[in-house]
Parts: sequence; C-alpha cells; structure tokens
Amino acid sequence: MFCLRIFLCCLLLTQSVAAAQFNLQTPVTPLARVEYHLHTILLVITGVIFLAVFLVMLYSILRHRKSAGHEAKQFHENITVEIIWTVVPLLILVLMALPATRAVLAQKSTRSEDMTIKVTGYQWKWRYDYLDDNFGFVSHLSTPRDQIEGRAPPSGNYLLEVDEPLVVPTNRKIRLLLTANDVIHSWWVPQLGVKQDAIPGFLRDSWMLIEKPGTYRGQCSELCGKDHGFMPIVVEAKSPEDYAKWREAKMKQLAAGADDPNKVWQLADLKARGEKVYTQNCIPCHQANGKGIPGTFPALDGSPIATGDKAAHIEIVLFGGKKNPAMAAWGKQLSDTDIAAVITYERNSWGNHTGQVVQPKEVKAARGKTA
Amino acid sequence: MAIAETTHAGGLPHGKPHGIMRWLMATNHKDIGTMYLWFSFTMFLSGGVLALCIRAELFSPGLRLFQPELFNQLTTLHGLIMVFGAIMPAFTGMANWMLPLMIGAPDMAFARMNNWSFWLLPPAALLLLMSFAVPGGAAAAGWTLYAPLSTQMGMGMDMTIFAIHILGISSIMGSINIIVTILNLRAPGMTLMRMPMFAWASLITAYLIIAVMPVLAGVVTMVLTDRHFGTHFFNAAGGGDPILYQHVFWFFGHPEVYIMALPAFGIVSQVIPTFARKPLFGYTSMVYATSSIGVLSFMVWAHHMFVTGMPATAQLFFMYATMLIAVPTGVKVFNWIATMWQGAMSFETPMLFSIGFILLFTIGGLSGITLSVAAVDVQLHASYYVVAHFHYVLVAGALFSLFSAIYYWFPKMSGRMYHEGLGKLHFWWSMIWFNVTFFPMHFLGLAGMPRRIPDYALQFTDFNRIASVGAFMFGLGQLIFLYNILHSLRHGAKAPHKPWEGANTLEWELPTPAPYHSFEQPPKVEVAENGVILSCQDHGSAHHDHH
Repeated sequence: MFCLRIFLCCLLLTQSVAAAQFNLQTPVTPLARVEYHLHTILLVITGVIFLAVFLVMLYSILRHRKSAGHEAKQFHENITVEIIWTVVPLLILVLMALPATRAVLAQKSTRSEDMTIKVTGYQWKWRYDYLDDNFGFVSHLSTPRDQIEGRAPPSGNYLLEVDEPLVVPTNRKIRLLLTANDVIHSWWVPQLGVKQDAIPGFLRDSWMLIEKPGTYRGQCSELCGKDHGFMPIVVEAKSPEDYAKWREAKMKQLAAGADDPNKVWQLADLKARGEKVYTQNCIPCHQANGKGIPGTFPALDGSPIATGDKAAHIEIVLFGGKKNPAMAAWGKQLSDTDIAAVITYERNSWGNHTGQVVQPKEVKAARGKTA
Repeated sequence: MAIAETTHAGGLPHGKPHGIMRWLMATNHKDIGTMYLWFSFTMFLSGGVLALCIRAELFSPGLRLFQPELFNQLTTLHGLIMVFGAIMPAFTGMANWMLPLMIGAPDMAFARMNNWSFWLLPPAALLLLMSFAVPGGAAAAGWTLYAPLSTQMGMGMDMTIFAIHILGISSIMGSINIIVTILNLRAPGMTLMRMPMFAWASLITAYLIIAVMPVLAGVVTMVLTDRHFGTHFFNAAGGGDPILYQHVFWFFGHPEVYIMALPAFGIVSQVIPTFARKPLFGYTSMVYATSSIGVLSFMVWAHHMFVTGMPATAQLFFMYATMLIAVPTGVKVFNWIATMWQGAMSFETPMLFSIGFILLFTIGGLSGITLSVAAVDVQLHASYYVVAHFHYVLVAGALFSLFSAIYYWFPKMSGRMYHEGLGKLHFWWSMIWFNVTFFPMHFLGLAGMPRRIPDYALQFTDFNRIASVGAFMFGLGQLIFLYNILHSLRHGAKAPHKPWEGANTLEWELPTPAPYHSFEQPPKVEVAENGVILSCQDHGSAHHDHH
C-alpha cells in the first residue's frame, strides 16, 4: 500500500515537470545526431558505474555497521584488486574514446561545402553574410522590452526570437565562418549540433547540413558583456526551392533599400531615421533617454561630444573610442546614411538642440580621411 | 577553556598572548588556522549571498531584481570569492591547524610568514567586496576574466586584478610553509610513505599552488597592461591573440580545480578509516593516484576550450588526457569504498559528510567524463550542465569535505563536542537541498540553457524555479552549522581526549583541547600507513614531562 502511494506521488511529480525537457534537443543535422547518440552511450556507461558504486556502498553501509554488530576486518591491501580497478576503467575509457574520436573528426571536416555563410558576433547582435551571393544583414533580438522588464507577460519564443533570422537551404552542406567584432561570442544552436566561438581578429569554422525544414533556435553561449543573455540565434531552414525564392526576394529588398550616399537630407527625415538606428543599436548602452548608465556608459544628453564639434562626433561613432568601456566602432556595421542619421538624431534629441544636420557625404568623407 | 601554560625549550616563560595583539601578531599555527577558518567562513557566507541574489533573479523569466550588468558582477564575484576567499583559505586553515599536530611538528616552519600569509587575505577580500561600490561596478567578465571582455571593464576590474595578486602571494606563502613543514618538521619515525593522506594531499596541493599561481598572476597582469599601458597581448588588431588568454588562464585554472579537490581527498581518507574502524585501503595506491592526478592536471587545460576552434589533433590529445584522469580518481573512490567494506561503521556527522562527499563527487566526476568527450562538449560547453558538474565537484566535493573536517577535528580544536543532532540535521538538510539545487541544472544544460544569463526562455522556467528554491533552503541550512559551532564553542559538552573510537593518528595523542604549544620536543613515534600511530613517546609540551 505504502509503495503504491509513493509510486503515485512520483508519477504526479513527473507529470508536473513532464513539459520540461530532460535531454538534449531533437537533432536535425548529422553532427547533432552523432552528439546525441554519443551522449546517450556515455550516460548509460556512467550510469551503470554510478549504480555499481552506489549499491556496493549502500550494501556495506547497511551490513557493515557497528550498530548491527559487525566486526571490522583489518585488511587494507590487495594488489590484484587494485590492478583490476586501474585496468578495467582504462579499458572502458578506450571503448568510449573510439566513437568519440570519430565524432571529433566528423565535426572538424568542414570541406566540400555547398555554400558559405560568415557569422560575425557584435555586442549584442549577429551579422550574417552570404559570401557566395554577396549580401548580408544583422539579426537582433525582437522580444519587446516590455516583456523583459515585466510590463507585459512573456510570450511563446520569449528571448529566442529575432527580427531577421538566418535563412538556409535544407540538405546542403553549409560552411560557417565565424568571427567577432569586439569580444568573444559563441554561436550555439543545439538542434544543429553547432557551438563555435566567434573570436575578434580570427576566423573559425564549423558546418551544418540541416535535414528538415523548420525553425531552430539558440543563443550566444560565451559571456560577452551586458546583453549576453539577449543575443538569440534563429535559423530558418527552407527547402532549396523556397530558399532560392527567399534569396531573390531578399537581394531585391536589400538593393532597393540601399541609400545613395550623395543624397541631401532634411533634418526631420534624417532625425526620424536616426531614431530607428538609435533604438536598434545604441539603447543598450546609452539608454532611450540618452542618459547612459552612470559610471559605465556615458550620457549623450548634454554631452560635449553630442553638442560640440561635429567632426569629433562623427569620428567616435565611425572608429570607436579608447576609454573604458570602449565605445564600439560602428563604421563597419552601419551605412553612411545610418551613421549620419543617428548622429543627427543624437544632436537634436532630449536636451540637445544644435539644429545641425549631418549629411551622409560628410560621413563618407570622414571615413576616407583616416583610411 | 583550560589551555596549558608552557615554557620554551630555553626556559623562558611563554604563555598564550592576550587581546587583539594575539591575533594581529599571531605566529601560532592554531591561532592562524582559526583565523583562516573564520575568514573563509565569512567569505563563504558573502559568496553565498551573491549566489542567492543570482538564484532570486533566476526564479522566473524576466528581469525583476537586477539589471544585466549587475547580474554579471554577481556571478563573477560569487565565483572569485568562493574559489579564492572561501575554499582555498579554508583548506590552508585546516592544514595550518592540523598538519603540525598530525606529523609531530611544534608549529609551521615559518611562523612569521604564516602571519603575513593570513593578513594579506582581508585586504584582498575588501578590494573584491568594495569593487561593487566603484563607478562601473565590480568585474563582470565571469570568474575566468576572459579577455578581451575583461579589458573593457571599469576600475572594478583593476581592483579585482590587484586582489588576485594579493591572494596569489598569500597562497604561495601558505604553500611554501606547508611544503617546508612537511619535508623538514616531521617527527622521527614519521616517514613520507607513512604520513597521513591529509598531509600527502596538502603537500601535493601546495606544489600545484606554487606552480600555477604565478601563471594566474602573469595573465591578469597582461590584462592590466592591455587595459592601461597600451600593450596588445589579447587584441588581435594589435598583433595579440584573445585565445592566448584562455590558454594561460586554464594552465592555471585546471590545476586550480585539483587545488580545491586534493585536500578534500586527504580529509576523506582520514575520516572514512576512523569511522569504519579499519585502515585505509590501498594507502600506497592512494599516494600514487593523488600524485598522478596532480601531474595530469597540468596536461588537460585546453578541455575548457574545446569550442574555441582548436585543431582536431589538439582536441583529441586533450580529450584523451582528460579522460585519463578518471583512472586515478576512480582508484581513489574504489579505495574509499573498499575501506568501508567489511568495516564496523558508525555514522557521526563527519562520516555522513564524507560519505555524502563520495556519493556526490562520483556524480560530479562521471558528468566530468561526459564533458571530457570533445564531441559531446560541443553541446554542453558553457551550458548549465557545466554549472551542475562543477558544483557537484566543488560544493559536494570541497565544501562537504570541509564540513566533515570541521566536525571531525572540532573536539580536538575547541575541547568541546559539537551538537550531534544539529550536525546530522545540517548534513541531511545540505544533502537534500544541494541536490534539489544542482541536479536540475543538468537538465537545463542538456535542454540548451547557457550559463551566465540573467534571463531565460520560457521552457527553462520549471527547473530554474526548483533550483532557486533549493538554493535558498541550502543557504538557510548553513546557519544551522554556524549556530552549532557558536553554541558548542561555549556550551558544548567537554570533549574526551579521543572522541572517536577509530581515530588513531598523531593529533589524537594530544590532550583535548590541543594545548597552545604542542610537540615542542619532537615525539618519537612508530607509525603505520596513513599516519596510524602504533606507539608514541611524547617529549613535547603536551605533558610537560621535561619540567
């Protein structure tokens, strides 16, 4: 009766956490499948070893206790036994090492790819460049701030959703080239079996071949500063036909959106565009109200840079700053028009009323000067 | 508390000093040991509070209590304080207190340096704790302080670097003392291959510390010069290499793991034979296993870097070498169990904590094997699985063994018994809530939750809740320990000369509490393996027979 009751309690407990995930996510690439099976093998072997150790210990705790009147034997050496428990674990390790070696070699075989995508980690977003087709875009977290700060309930893919997912074809071997712009990030999508550090100044590679169309989600897994927890990765795998369609559309869209750097803008238009750029890129540090985070990130509202010399302002946005924490260099990430817009916005928002407009061609000229 | 008055061999009267100067100018290994233990317990509570802040934030999705930058500071300082403030000084404290007694030495070899190595700790701790209050806050790059993130931080990072320098100097001085004491001050008859395992473990640990602390000091100094003096050690744009930081750091960091584990092995190797009333099984192989773990620990550092993109050959080498550590570690676990086998066990608190140690350390070790396999590590690296793994090794390993040690030697140290009921409550409470806290983290890691994130996706909610509840209860349980110690120091029953029937190493030959000065004349001992005393002629101060 008692046993039954315990069993029922356990059943209820397991049901309450049944929604939770106990194992690795379902693999959808050959690498992820190898990792999954290897983990299962290890789990079984280590589980058996643990059980053996635990049961022997439990038996001796129950039987060889003083209170049960057991007399202590005084043996304390047995060369044969000691050799056995050196050699047997060694053999088990060799058994584990064989499949593990094969898996490592498979992970490292990045050759004969069908296409290459360059992944660049930034604080705190990912840029994807389709090297074969010469286009690319930046992918940001799209979960609204209201949900993160508790003003709205978190919804379905809370923190695992982006504005621009990485779209790839299924059944193609895709080589990923990874690097970073500022600090080390790590690109991890569990279902694809890929985790690879993205290191500033270095190129690393990995590969994936996705077998099933679908949306696969992951996150940055290397502590990369303040918004480390807010750098999701979303990979959308489409059939090669659908992918081709998406690629056409995307290239057209990017071409249409490209700006003429010589266009002369009005203050209001530039400011409106600048607000968007600011929201997407600058808020994490300088905050929506331009006040920054005292002691960590400087304020723009009323700052000498945002109200003083235009050229100095352009230079720091383009090439970054040297003080700690260093201001990131945005020259490589944003177009001339975007930089002109965001600087115009910063110089004409909050308490800043310079009335100055920064035109894209001024940014273009500033780029040229130092380069 | 009666403490034997004594005289120097020279005949000058020399009692126990009193007042604040007793502690500030302390050269007595027992006083210094006591200060080390209280210091590390204070740090344990501070680091614990930081951990509870982390768990409170992680109780539910959404940023509720802390902004991400503060969250990162909390995780960073929690790690640094626990490693350098709590665990390492606690083992040095235990070694200070017990080593001279266990090997028949009058004190540590360099008593004044001993004073220095302790008094360096509080300023370092203050630097770490005060860094929360400076502009930009404390270091927020994780306890590993990876460059180039650590070159971005504010002045909190400089304070941390300075604190690490000081802590490093302190632990190197402590280690020199331990090595010289063990090699030079053993009583006649106490040969190396007969001394207690705790002495062996402390000796090997001390060598590891001397080998790797300068490496850590070097690498954080390189960060410092990158930050302020225009060097580019870790900046690729200036010809440096961000991965160099990790290689150098982990060349320190991996042996560091064993610096926090080997003394635990030593403690358990004293406690289990005592309460099993049976000699330690396989003493010789224990010594060799401990040494080989020490040596191997220098060859496996890059297993912390499997996803940095090293070549396949390097991955394979580090994978095989790491897996190999399971062999000597396994030998130790099997030997402890063989010691329990056919014994006459009783289950006082120290024994409970030691058995708990074996059980949970085995889980931590086995999940370590899983992590050692590079191909699987790709999924688990920097995930909560790793957090679970190293807490099984460091909390259930280092911390439980320390509790075991404190309960075991408390009567000899204080002259009073701790409260057995409270001790057992402390054990069961810790055992249960520890597992509630950390076991679910294996699942979180497998399911894909990265470590060091202040907020998480919805599917991780259930296990995070369980872990947070567990953490608060585990933390609460440590107050039982504090109460037990404080209460027993004043009101505990008087401890007998030898409170444990099966205890048979040299420290138990001394009166209880251990006199302020002991073994001023080396005792003549006849010793069996693991420091088991067969006969002892004490010429020391213990019985004052020379006056």
